[in-house]
Amino acid sequence: MKKTLTTTVPAALIALGLATAACAEIKVGASISATGPAAFLGDPEAKTLEMLVEQLNAKGGINGEEVALVLYDDGGDANKARTFATRLIEDDEVQAIIGGTTTGTSMSILSVAEDAEIPFISLAGAIDIIQPVKPYTFKTPHTDRMACQKIFEDMKKQGITKIGLISGTDGFGASMQAQCKDVIGEYGIEIVADETYDPKDADMTAQLTKIKNAAGVQAVLNPGFGQGPSIVTRNYKQLAIGLPLYQSHGVASDGFIELAGKDAAEGVRLPGTALLVAGLLADGDAQKPVVAAYKEAFEAKYKVPVSTFGGYAHDGFALLVDAITRAGSTEPEAIRDALETVSGLAGTTGIYTMSPENHLGLDLTAFRMLEIKDGDWTIVE
Amino acid sequence: MRISGKHLTILAMAVLIAAAPFFFPSGYYFRVGALIFVNALAVTGIVILTGYAGQISLGHAGFAGIGGYACALAPVHLGLHPALAVVLGAVISAILAYLVGKPILRLKGYYLGVASLGFGILVAMVLNNERHLTKGPDGIEVADLGLRGLLKDWGLNLSNGEFWYAFTGLCLVIGAWIALNLHASPTGRALRALHGSEIAAGTVGIDVARVKLQAFVISAVYASVAGSLLALQNKFVTPDIAGFMHSVEMVTMAVLGGVGSVPGAILGAGILTLLPQVLTVFAEYEQLILGLVMMLVMIFLREGLVPSIMRKIRGRGE
Amino acid sequence: MSEFLQFLFSGLTVGAVYALVALGFTIIYNASGVVNFAQGEFVMLGGMITVFATAAGLPLPLAALVAIAATAAVGVALNKLAIEPARGAPVVSLIIITIGASIFIRGAAQLIFDKQIHSFPAFSGDDPIHVMGATILSQSLWAIGGAFAVFVGLWLFFTRTILGRAVLATSNNRLAAQLVGINTDFVMTLSFALSAGIGAFAGVLITPITMTSYDVGLGLALKGFAGAMLGGMGNPKGAFAGGLLLGLIEAMTAGYLSSQYKEAAAFVVILAVLFFMPQGLFGRKSTERV
Repeated sequence: MKKTLTTTVPAALIALGLATAACAEIKVGASISATGPAAFLGDPEAKTLEMLVEQLNAKGGINGEEVALVLYDDGGDANKARTFATRLIEDDEVQAIIGGTTTGTSMSILSVAEDAEIPFISLAGAIDIIQPVKPYTFKTPHTDRMACQKIFEDMKKQGITKIGLISGTDGFGASMQAQCKDVIGEYGIEIVADETYDPKDADMTAQLTKIKNAAGVQAVLNPGFGQGPSIVTRNYKQLAIGLPLYQSHGVASDGFIELAGKDAAEGVRLPGTALLVAGLLADGDAQKPVVAAYKEAFEAKYKVPVSTFGGYAHDGFALLVDAITRAGSTEPEAIRDALETVSGLAGTTGIYTMSPENHLGLDLTAFRMLEIKDGDWTIVE
Repeated sequence: MRISGKHLTILAMAVLIAAAPFFFPSGYYFRVGALIFVNALAVTGIVILTGYAGQISLGHAGFAGIGGYACALAPVHLGLHPALAVVLGAVISAILAYLVGKPILRLKGYYLGVASLGFGILVAMVLNNERHLTKGPDGIEVADLGLRGLLKDWGLNLSNGEFWYAFTGLCLVIGAWIALNLHASPTGRALRALHGSEIAAGTVGIDVARVKLQAFVISAVYASVAGSLLALQNKFVTPDIAGFMHSVEMVTMAVLGGVGSVPGAILGAGILTLLPQVLTVFAEYEQLILGLVMMLVMIFLREGLVPSIMRKIRGRGE
Repeated sequence: MSEFLQFLFSGLTVGAVYALVALGFTIIYNASGVVNFAQGEFVMLGGMITVFATAAGLPLPLAALVAIAATAAVGVALNKLAIEPARGAPVVSLIIITIGASIFIRGAAQLIFDKQIHSFPAFSGDDPIHVMGATILSQSLWAIGGAFAVFVGLWLFFTRTILGRAVLATSNNRLAAQLVGINTDFVMTLSFALSAGIGAFAGVLITPITMTSYDVGLGLALKGFAGAMLGGMGNPKGAFAGGLLLGLIEAMTAGYLSSQYKEAAAFVVILAVLFFMPQGLFGRKSTERV
């Protein structure tokens, strides 16, 4: 669309904000939930993208061209995310979009991106984002379904056949709860108690008591993110339930151990990425250099520990840079085609190999089963 | 004088809506415009309820949720065309408003506030928890309205943005026309009378309970249609549409612009919809500035922007 | 039996949280007739300031005092800058002003602090106390005890002290209060400082249980508001009882019916109570002057 020169206030302000971007050739858009209920997911994502773009431009950009990042904060609101996606595509004229911290925002953004045929790399968990496969939508985090599978694999190894489920009623918790219920039969496990809590609740002892008293329960799984799982973990200890507790990848961060308390978190298992156990990776591990570099740079710049969510953004950006470099062009279609031929790219979340049918590119091997011992992460073998 | 004032308002609105696109640098502005119109439609309902009849509702977004999800679910489960789904949503909202309104409108002030709040929260909760029906907190897809395709067949080729801008603009003009007519009608006068004093209104023979209920039901329909339009436009709807923050947003837009004024509703909707877009450069400060704007306007321009501005223009003293 | 007890303890713990927030609403309401939706932010500030003060090196009790004092100051500022200038405005406007204030404070907290979730250690440790097969955390007892103490304090304040009566007089009829020599400005300042201070105190007590972050204020305010309405807005007895009752209903519903709809049950009960007792359980019946 031809931009006509106007003096309307919005245009002027937008132009002001993008003054630096006007010169760059490669424009990457992002709509992230840096504020709102998913803020502690989106905040590291935004910080990561800003840091990586800065780093990249300092090294000369892609094929000699600088990259401009246009970052908007949708506050976790799907409606706003759609507006920003429209703005990125029609007003800022970006060639690709990374973002969609939550599934709701991702679904909104991808709707706009698919219509406009702009590649979109999502940072959200739900399997619905890439299944069924949509031509221009990709994603970097493991799906919630994969998290369930990883957990059930571990449970099966332990001989667990009956579990209690306690899930947050937020998008992440509810989606993972549904996926887990869907695949659990394949592992010969049965759900004997199914409770939920509101993400803002202060006490889950009522629900946990019901689970504790369910006949034959051998372990408990808690799909959720935010402060909920920390409170569940503390209540779990308080009630001295004593059975194995599995958390989800939604709490894969050092903050979780701190909030739940070292004692309560002892023995908790969850599927995590290499990022949390950077120090424990074998020297030959393909992810080690990537993880170490990201961790060092992020922690030096922002003075807070890395989190898996920032890692998702790191990988999304790495995939994009790789695709643009290999495509040698910034045409959205060329970028998309290049993304589909990614092979063996080591990120912080895993090693990506995509195809036209697989827009996630990860399998269960990159997911590590972690256990919390003595306030720190260890890898379960 | 009254009659031409009403016509003038509608004419001004229609002209502005039709003329604005000539200044749009890109398709994105159509999207923002359409959002403003949808919000303004919902807020017009609030004007009728709170501005004309003086009743507070902190849960009106619940009706928007019903309208939105009607458009998502009815085509899938009942085979209805999305346009009919909008009507269905409005009917359900009206019935629900009648059933809920009858008891809670006996309450006043903060008590009415908490009762309406409870209603809104309950609706949002059902939409969120009944996963098997609504697909839960992540939201659900909404079928295409099909009108744009129809227009294309008839030779009028509009982009998605352009179509929704025009369609929601049209709906808003119609909604505003109805609201302005209501204001001047006997029902409108009854509403305003009971706003002034319920007891006095009762003594002159106005059936206070019935009139309050009428306002509640009408405003519920406005919210429902607005919710439907939003869902159809986004081709997606999430339970947030029925949430407390959305209810607060609607009331704030009304009060900011001037709670008794339909043009005020549009201005309020415009400002609060544009604010996050304008503030993207200062995204970190958005909440701060929003809160500040809300407080400042309420303190210094107590009646809202439009009445205060009109007062200045007309030069009338207090 | 132990199951019922555990549900009871859960309800009391959560109820104490709601009661503490609800109690904060009463003073401002009694003084000015305004329901201050920013009350939840005072609770948030109490928790967050304490967290950051302890991180900066202050011992917990001192950090808590700093938090309470600072929040009280914010309350006074809120009154002077936002509520006083809008005196006489319709209820809807006042609601918007206080909601605007809550958004403003939240936005400021986001910038001054951060967006992460925080907590600090419980006062007397994490070991649960066992009672007939059920457990309760010592911090819950602190919270319940604190709520009770605030309730008693406020009740005594309003019924036994001159200052408390002055607050009630001011809300009843400001002009008359001034005519009998009450310094209404001081009364208003004091009321806001007290409400904010109580809110912060609540934050300090409940943070080891609920954790805190910059956006916890809104959810707490809603629940506290609902609890206060249930019990009868303006009455400390009502706030205390309403908050506890709300927590108990939620816990019992979660325990015996379905955890999915525990909030729904709570609101249905509130609506039912309001239909039959429009002033809430302990609210004063008011008559409207024509």
